[in-house]
Amino acid sequence: MRRDDDFAVRRKHIADLSDKELYDRFWELTDKVVDPLLDLGRKNTTPSVERAVLLRMGVSSLETQSIVEGCMDRGLMGKGAGHVVYKLSKAKDISIKEAATMLAEGKGWDEAVELFKGGK
Amino acid sequence: MTQLLHNEKLDIENILKDLDKYEPRRRGWHWREHVENLQMGPFTYKDASKPLTNSVPLPPAKYFGNIDPQPKETITTEIASGRFEDDIRRMRMGAWHGSDHLMVIRTAGQSHMDGLIEGTPQGIGGVPITRKQVRAQRKAIDMIEDEVGRPINYHSYVSGVAGPDVAVMFAEEGINGAHQDPQYNVLYRNINCVRSFVDACESKRIMAWANIAQIDGAHNANATAREAWKVMPELIVQHAINSRFSERVGIKPENICLSTVPPTATPAPCVYLDLPYAVALRDICDKYKMRAQQNTKYIDSSAREATVTHVLNMIISKLTRADIQSTITPDEGRNVPWHIYNMEACDTAKQTLIGLDGILEMVELKKDGPLREKAREIKEKACLFMEEIIEVGGYFEAVQAGFFVDSAEYPARNGDGIARKIEGGIGYGYIYERDEDYMAPVTAHFGYNNVEQYGGNPENPSELIGGCTFEDRSKIVFIDELDENDNVHKRMAETAKYRNSDLIKPEMEWLADGIVMVTLMIPANKRTSEVVAVEIGKGLGLQDVEVINREVMQEAEGTRIEMKGRVDFDVDVSKLVIPPEPEYLSDDEIREDIKNHPLKIVCGTVGEDEHSVGLREIIDIKHGGIERFGIEVEYLGTSVPVEKLVDAAIELNAEAILASTIISHDNIHYKNMKRIHELAVEKGIRDKVIIAAGGTQVIPEEGVKTGIDAAFGRSSKGIDVASFLVEERQRRRGERE
Repeated sequence: MRRDDDFAVRRKHIADLSDKELYDRFWELTDKVVDPLLDLGRKNTTPSVERAVLLRMGVSSLETQSIVEGCMDRGLMGKGAGHVVYKLSKAKDISIKEAATMLAEGKGWDEAVELFKGGK
Repeated sequence: MTQLLHNEKLDIENILKDLDKYEPRRRGWHWREHVENLQMGPFTYKDASKPLTNSVPLPPAKYFGNIDPQPKETITTEIASGRFEDDIRRMRMGAWHGSDHLMVIRTAGQSHMDGLIEGTPQGIGGVPITRKQVRAQRKAIDMIEDEVGRPINYHSYVSGVAGPDVAVMFAEEGINGAHQDPQYNVLYRNINCVRSFVDACESKRIMAWANIAQIDGAHNANATAREAWKVMPELIVQHAINSRFSERVGIKPENICLSTVPPTATPAPCVYLDLPYAVALRDICDKYKMRAQQNTKYIDSSAREATVTHVLNMIISKLTRADIQSTITPDEGRNVPWHIYNMEACDTAKQTLIGLDGILEMVELKKDGPLREKAREIKEKACLFMEEIIEVGGYFEAVQAGFFVDSAEYPARNGDGIARKIEGGIGYGYIYERDEDYMAPVTAHFGYNNVEQYGGNPENPSELIGGCTFEDRSKIVFIDELDENDNVHKRMAETAKYRNSDLIKPEMEWLADGIVMVTLMIPANKRTSEVVAVEIGKGLGLQDVEVINREVMQEAEGTRIEMKGRVDFDVDVSKLVIPPEPEYLSDDEIREDIKNHPLKIVCGTVGEDEHSVGLREIIDIKHGGIERFGIEVEYLGTSVPVEKLVDAAIELNAEAILASTIISHDNIHYKNMKRIHELAVEKGIRDKVIIAAGGTQVIPEEGVKTGIDAAFGRSSKGIDVASFLVEERQRRRGERE
């Protein structure tokens, strides 16, 4: 978009604001810009968010990527990759670490998919 | 932990040992501790912080009792040569020069790597940031901060498509500061905008937990825009979006730092243009911290020019506010920064900030006039910019429409902004909606963890798995090396013979890199000079000679050249005879000798030479000169003919002649020394007087070749001269060898 400088016209509605009013208006607008960005973060997840969850669960960085890829391939990202590992570990009564290694090696996925059928 | 000895090199091998067991001892950012009315030497400082226990003071400190006052602003230095093991040594040098914010730049391309890098591969233009590298540097910095006596903030980047992964690792490894700004990913790394913001929510939440100070990326707009001074309204908008977004995610405002650059540089009237912007930004973003970055947009290869820009930028810091003062190395326009320039930049910051200490008690910014008018205009424009973002449907739509980094000054538009598609870029298509039963049983996760479905505690979600790595470090998986060829141990084996040995090679960035810089004035035009310089370099035996700076003295008369090259030989210290530093008689010994054998001398600056400072330093009691020992001094002044000096010695029956000679054209300084010696011989007093001379251009060994008894060069002091005079008299009395 090309546009000539129209500051003189454009500023009319804020020209008479005090510095404090201008400040308040600026941050009110900023909050409006930021609101939907925060919503996106609450409603969504990404491979890196899920890898970061797995890392905190004590999963090796060498395994996080293949677990997340497994989740993406099987439509399980919406559940959370950490959730998948957790649920498998409970179902098989093994540790989080063991469950993660299984999944990273491509094992246990059918069972994982099964565990999430029918909602929870 | 190993305690460092200030006169011993860091033991890098030891630092790399047992890293799998190393635990960082603290988390979170540390601000310097301001000391009200700090007393150091005879001075009172208004804006200084707690002094260091070990440091390298500024060069003139020797005249001030070696005091080294530290400004209250945190001082950053960016260290990343591609080999973190050599960077560790530079970090120690930086800490001694007053830096408490050590920033590590990432290797080229890391922001596009999906996941953590492990091991210690070599980097390009930075370091591959890995757990092992971070842990080794953190461990070294822990020792270094004990040595200098001030906590040091260690810093790198949480950006790119693995931002949250990196944030987790940083939180675990005790990183104190990090760049995090999704706008940077979007605009400059073409990472999908939705992905960037979703990732940023998680990253920032983790940083908030670890109390990591955040620095934004808005300054890049400044470096990218064609005419940087026109993007001021946009810069404020970018700062505001990231800051507010971060605060709403949970980062404390005092940990949110705006990376702000004075947009202009000379020959523009830069302070006039940049100051209103600095005021406007600090007015609007008053609750956040300011990280004052140096303008690099217009940096060229002259280190002097870059240094002046740095100083001008710091005047703005000081007149407004800076919580972190960044330093760009003055050689940034030439090469990946060298050790020496990191230190120069730290010294420049310390010198300027301390030099301007207390300025705001005497000077204030005007409350009206062009400063406030322009600042108001910038604020209004920023406000209108934000309004228009909302009008077009929000941030992503604005990015898509090319709102950002347009070269016109808002609200004018040139249509050349960086436009990024909402449905495009790296990482597009990798955003997944969370189901209702989504769960993440970890600490510091953004959005709902939803652990209640398994009986978990929403206040402490990681309880469900018995604590995550943030509560239980034993769960962290430490990976050592993945590449058997590209790793620190291989690199160190190659340079092993130079580590803690007697072999020495000069060094600019890596151990034993052999790089030297030579400064020349070639009496020819620029192009010719460059070629001539390379020939000179080859003639000197240098390899890989390259001209790194050219500055015209006059088109035809000459060019200043700086060039670098590599030496391919070692110096074996064990084969050298290194004379010890000179030892002096003690003040008491000198005083005692003078009391028992009173000494009268005559002195003056000889020839057509009006310099008096040097000699006065040597003789005056108030400069700690030789008068304080009771030596009787007859000072004849400046431009004293040598004959007069010798005649005065005869007339006053002086035992010594002291000549100062600063001008060195055509070796006049040595000629004058020779003449004094010859006159004393002619007049038959040579065996009765001691003759000594000194000056800034005097090489002592050359001086004594003229026949005089002693010569003193640059940095000589009263004590050198007094000690010599007393010892020489003792020799003549037969009391000393």
